[in-house]
Amino acid sequence: MANAFFGGVHPHDMKAATNEKAIQQLPPPPEVVIPMSMHFGAPCTPLVKKGDAVKVGQKIGEFRGLGAPIHASVSGTVKAVEPRPYNMGGNMMSVVIENDFKDELSEEVKAPKNPDALSVADMVEMVKNAGIVGMGGATFPTHVKISGGIGKVDTVIINGAECEPYITGDHRTMLERPEEIIGGAVYLAKMFGVDKVIIGVEDNKQNGIESMNRVISAKNAPVEVRALACRYPQGGEKQLCQAITGKQVPPGGLPSNIGCAVFNINTTCAIYRAIHDGMPVVRKIVTVAGSGVAEPKNLECPIGTPVSRLFDECGGLDERTYKLVMGGPMMGMAQYTAEVPVGKGTGAMLAFCADEEQTVESPQCIRCGKCVAACPMHLEPLFMYQYASKNKLDELNDAHIMDCMECGACAYACPARMHLTHMFKYGKQKLKDKMAADKAAAEAKKAASEKKEAVAK
Amino acid sequence: MTTDYKSLNLIATSSPHIRGEQTTQTIMRDVLIGLCPALLFACYNFGVRALSVTAFSAASCVFFEWLYRRLLNKPQSVGDLSAVVTGVLLAFVCPVQIPYWTILIGDFFAIIIVKQLFGGIGSNFVNPALAGRAALLASYAGTMTTWATPLNYAPVFGSTADVATSATPLAQLKGGTASFLMSRYSVGDMFLGKIPGSIGEVSTLALLIGFAWLLYRNIINWHTPVFYVGTVAVLTFLFPRGGVGNFDWMIYNVLGGGLMLGAIFMATDYATSPVTAKGQAIFGAGCGLFTVAIRYFGSYNEGVCYSIMVMNLFVPLIDRYVKPPRFGAVKEAKEAAK
Repeated sequence: MANAFFGGVHPHDMKAATNEKAIQQLPPPPEVVIPMSMHFGAPCTPLVKKGDAVKVGQKIGEFRGLGAPIHASVSGTVKAVEPRPYNMGGNMMSVVIENDFKDELSEEVKAPKNPDALSVADMVEMVKNAGIVGMGGATFPTHVKISGGIGKVDTVIINGAECEPYITGDHRTMLERPEEIIGGAVYLAKMFGVDKVIIGVEDNKQNGIESMNRVISAKNAPVEVRALACRYPQGGEKQLCQAITGKQVPPGGLPSNIGCAVFNINTTCAIYRAIHDGMPVVRKIVTVAGSGVAEPKNLECPIGTPVSRLFDECGGLDERTYKLVMGGPMMGMAQYTAEVPVGKGTGAMLAFCADEEQTVESPQCIRCGKCVAACPMHLEPLFMYQYASKNKLDELNDAHIMDCMECGACAYACPARMHLTHMFKYGKQKLKDKMAADKAAAEAKKAASEKKEAVAK
Repeated sequence: MTTDYKSLNLIATSSPHIRGEQTTQTIMRDVLIGLCPALLFACYNFGVRALSVTAFSAASCVFFEWLYRRLLNKPQSVGDLSAVVTGVLLAFVCPVQIPYWTILIGDFFAIIIVKQLFGGIGSNFVNPALAGRAALLASYAGTMTTWATPLNYAPVFGSTADVATSATPLAQLKGGTASFLMSRYSVGDMFLGKIPGSIGEVSTLALLIGFAWLLYRNIINWHTPVFYVGTVAVLTFLFPRGGVGNFDWMIYNVLGGGLMLGAIFMATDYATSPVTAKGQAIFGAGCGLFTVAIRYFGSYNEGVCYSIMVMNLFVPLIDRYVKPPRFGAVKEAKEAAK
């Protein structure tokens, strides 16, 4: 059956706080801190040093291997290049820029004369130079996804599910900037050489669907908007592919294995701006919400803005706030300081001061099986938890723990409040470590026996 | 307003940062609500003593659980209400004249021996209430098989020796007097529960209301009860006895005895049933098979209690072999075959 995936949960969507508020521009921050890692892959090398003058869109970090370049998001002077706290925990080499509030655009940013006449290779190159990564939070470099998928992909999907509670940035983008989404989708269709691009949207965003459909019919664009059931994790890449095509991504595989490529709504907009205007990723739409936030809003701000600025703009935080979450409440990462900057994958900043967490003392599994029914990857979380807590790594592997995408549906559904997702993050790391150790041991053994043979000869 | 971000007391635990509404406690509370219709009917059928025995049993279970956790210095767990459920269910499978001290022994066995010694909630391998009943049946066979005639109320305190008693429908089916049974209790009586039997088992209607409630509140899957009752219905329809029609034999078997109570509230016990829907279907069908086998070939009139306990022992095996299909793996196998 199309439009369906197994499992999932129905959290309260909590979107009413922000889904009718237009995206607002944050007043320019006096200083931005741009970490050299905002993508999946090795950190970038800084290209500027203390005292350098920079302009908006100027490249300040170059990637090696898998990655994407990083650009200055404000104009001004480089104040420092030093490790600073960032969203993945700990510190990361960052470029600190003091804003001169002139907002001067760098000469490096050049709009092509005729964007519609560009070749596929040129378009991919522009996406690469613009530093685009998956803006839904996974931050996989988009140019790699495109160049790796060309020829293999027959279904291009734009992910407008926005299934995480609280977040409404994509929804607002559909309402306020539909032409960017459709424009980006058309470029994607050209790059992949497909006849049609499908935008999957959860059916709680009817006005967003209508808004995009108006642009599609006005431009006669090869794009179809498809309404999907409202169920978390509808926006999971594998679940979205399953809902749209009925096919399942094989274990350990990518959507390209079943001929799919998935792009987030804001990634699609970034592709449009990169190809149409030559504009790199320097700004981000962030939903600021949660019980601890006085006045929830959707804010657009330069990359590198400390999240405390966003909270200030929303009237500050309740003093009982116990958790700051970057991203959605189901998969986002809790931060231990409000000084972390907005990155390319930051779609939301949440502050919680009520009983969202619902922690209990010494939780005990009651074997209700609700985690099994909730798991969209067809796993059995309760058994995985037992194996992981007892360090039974072989059993963990047999239980396919590596298929777990840490969506949190099991832990959400768990009436006993077991720390399931937490335990699986730990278990996966343990298993990875063991696999690496086993591999190293096997290689050492092989080398030793070869050496022995050589000596024997 | 400016916030002093440095003074916030932040924790940085793993996602997900929100949790669903159901907790162990709300689930147990919903199960208790689901048991209420049957309890109300029991008060009508057997008198207030049905309520007092049930309340006493629930209180005893809570006391034993509290005492055990207290003595062994374990985190207190009585707040999750699971002991209340065990106490009510044990009372529901006992006759209304059962002396209070007898049910106290059953409560002790259920909570201490069956539940707590194996690690408490979620860790026991047979249903505590059923194990408690089995222990009582083995120890006090006479008491446990004396059934009050409906509407002959037993006193809350004092001797219950004067209460009129009669054979249960299942005993009559077994005794080969099926047609006499049908003349004494109509199908309507059977469905409403105006028959002799254990406190909570008699009214199919009340139990079905509880079933609907549990489904509505998303407490249990339909698989176990439907496959359980379905299997009993099919087998008894196919192999009637007692010289009555297939349908009559089937309907009296399904409505008599503890089948509904067992299928809806006992076989669906989380700790002692499989975790997958498919496993639950197999489990239910197995319970049905054993129930009919015991009723047909065993020496007991009733087979629900033992059949569920036997199937409880198969749960680890079912869970081991009935797994959800691996995501994406089916397709892979098909492509490999090509």
